[in-house]
Amino acid sequence: MFPDLMDSQNIRIAIDNAVDYMVINWGDTLEALASPLLQFLNIIERGLLTTPWWLIIFVLGALAYLSSRKWTLSAGVMAMMFLLGLLDLWEDTMKTMALMLAATLTSIVIGMPIGILASHSKSLRSIILPVLDVMQTMPSFVYLIPGVMLFGPGKIPAILATIIYAVPPLIRLTDLGIRLVDKQVIEAVEAFGASDRQILLGVRIPLAMPTIMAGINQTTMMALAMVVIASMIGAGGLGYQVLQGIGRLEVSRGLLAGLGIVALAIIFDRITQAYGRRLQQHLHLEDK
Amino acid sequence: MNMTVAEYKVQISNVSKVFGPKPMEALKLIKSGTSKEEIQKKTGNIVGVYDVSLGVLPGEIFVIMGLSGSGKSTLIRHVNRLIEPTSGNIFVDGVDVMRMSNDELREFRRHRLSMVFQRFGLLPHRQVLDNVAYGLSVRGLARKQCEERAQHWIEQVGLLGFENCYPSELSGGMQQRVGLARALATDPDILLMDEAFSALDPLIRNDMQQQLLELQRTLHKTILFITHDLEEALRLGDRIAILKDGEVKQIGTPEQILLKPADKYIERFVRDVNRARILTAGSIMDAVPTMKVSELTTKSLREKINANELKLVYMLEDDGRLAGVFIPPNTKSEITAAAAKRNLCKLPHIDVDAVIEEVAILALNSSVPIPVVCENGKFKGAISQSAAMSALVRSKV
Ligand SMILES: Nc1ncnc2c1ncn2[C@@H]1O[C@H](COP(=O)(O)OP(=O)(O)O)[C@@H](O)[C@H]1O
Ligand SMILES: [Mg+2]
Repeated sequence: MFPDLMDSQNIRIAIDNAVDYMVINWGDTLEALASPLLQFLNIIERGLLTTPWWLIIFVLGALAYLSSRKWTLSAGVMAMMFLLGLLDLWEDTMKTMALMLAATLTSIVIGMPIGILASHSKSLRSIILPVLDVMQTMPSFVYLIPGVMLFGPGKIPAILATIIYAVPPLIRLTDLGIRLVDKQVIEAVEAFGASDRQILLGVRIPLAMPTIMAGINQTTMMALAMVVIASMIGAGGLGYQVLQGIGRLEVSRGLLAGLGIVALAIIFDRITQAYGRRLQQHLHLEDK
Repeated sequence: MNMTVAEYKVQISNVSKVFGPKPMEALKLIKSGTSKEEIQKKTGNIVGVYDVSLGVLPGEIFVIMGLSGSGKSTLIRHVNRLIEPTSGNIFVDGVDVMRMSNDELREFRRHRLSMVFQRFGLLPHRQVLDNVAYGLSVRGLARKQCEERAQHWIEQVGLLGFENCYPSELSGGMQQRVGLARALATDPDILLMDEAFSALDPLIRNDMQQQLLELQRTLHKTILFITHDLEEALRLGDRIAILKDGEVKQIGTPEQILLKPADKYIERFVRDVNRARILTAGSIMDAVPTMKVSELTTKSLREKINANELKLVYMLEDDGRLAGVFIPPNTKSEITAAAAKRNLCKLPHIDVDAVIEEVAILALNSSVPIPVVCENGKFKGAISQSAAMSALVRSKV
């Protein structure tokens, strides 16, 4: 066995004490800070739940068509949503979709600027990339528990955990996309006296959009992958049904809700991917 | 300010550029005579350009010619400071480019010069019109104005009807026309063209060269043109600098380069060039005996004819125009001033700037040397059968 060189107990006690301290003294402040996020999630959830089901099916069908220009995809998406309704999963599907949308949109707002910053500074990148690795590989329960301690069980720790898990690919791909923009194009616009801002907004970001879109696609997928775990700490929706199914040994309940998650994943994966491809065509980058 | 600096539009003086971790060290080594390969092996530094000095005059096309890797792109990028020198100075209109602040540099690039790239460097997500307008929109000009001016240049380069295409929908030649229009749209004094035509098919390249020369005839830009193709250099250049391994080997007019190559390296290059397409009538014409009609006497006429091998005289008006050629009859007694005035032979003439290939046939078919005149009609000399012949058969003139 490895020799007992030091007493790791002390370290653990110190960490636990620090967390306790944070919970007692900062709990309220942190909750206040996170409350806009909760409101955002609630608005989306309420919006989805109060919109008539046929309108949501129609909008998703229309989105699918607009992003792919294929009737088949559109019809498939609408059929899947209809099926989820038939199986009595409509409300849970809307809750899960709300969590995914809130987490994805927040990830975009946080992730794109960080990705852009990382692309501009090598030293910043060398700090951010390892942090992203940790965020993605650290088992989520490790930060779920302090999250629950800080915010109490509920939607806040659920959406925070979802964002932590879902934002890294977006940051990574934004950084990559911006750095991989054709050097010759950048040189050309520099030669015409474009400012850094003009280069970033007019050239780098538009040309990186297909890559950034791939990041958004991955972020939505990761967010959906978190819904079961998120439901353990108070997020409702399909994940909660899966948990209940497992708890009550009702295979059917777990299976159907699980298939519901898969259906959502397929729908949003196809829509975002098709949109990325259309973007690529629209930017006329296909032969690069 | 230094006068020699001010009269050049662009002056590059003693510019060296070393890529790598310790450029100064590499510069010291090369000064002490170490070869560039050795420096690269020992220190990991790559010498891109070494101690280049040249001046570009206002309104001229100055060509920098060299093989791939000779440092042409590196050198031209110093002029708009896309690359900064390891040592040396770059002046544009007498202003040291390296002394400019970031804001000044941006203004300088927006207004004073523009660049055309080998691989076009167009914005793939913008239509032709927006690409051409790019330099203007960067300046913050109103959209309508940008588009009007862009439209003008699109017409000038022959892209009418393609305004709303995307670059990827155009052929290489057309894309480079967009690049050229984009560069001209900002109306800069200076045009930097880095192998602008090298990626194009030979026929298209020819068209583009033609078009550039035509545009230049009205625009009178100062053009720094880069190529690895000697024929292109000779065709376009008012003056040419030959670059080898980052160093200038010779600077001169096309004729000087062709007729007096500075070293074996350039000689080897020049050997395979079709001179007849490059050299002008002026460079192979000979001096011939002339007389003014107003000063014509029988005695002076006879003396003149006896003194020269051609046995004929080119008669000139007082203003220097050619009146005609007097070809003396066989009988000596008929060589008189009166006869000369009556029997002047009218010959077709050749423009002094005409390329030999186009005019040689005239000289070859004439037993009498064909007169060469300059733009204002003044007589300059004549091209004989043998001169035309030797120019055509590529032997050293
Ligand atoms: N950014 C760079 N880093 C390192 N070496 C470079 C760089 N740019 C050019 N070089 C080197 O400098 C030399 C000249 O290159 P370049 O100016 O591109 O030549 P040319 O345009 O004549 O083909 C080459 O050996 C090239 O490898
Ligand atoms: Mg080059």
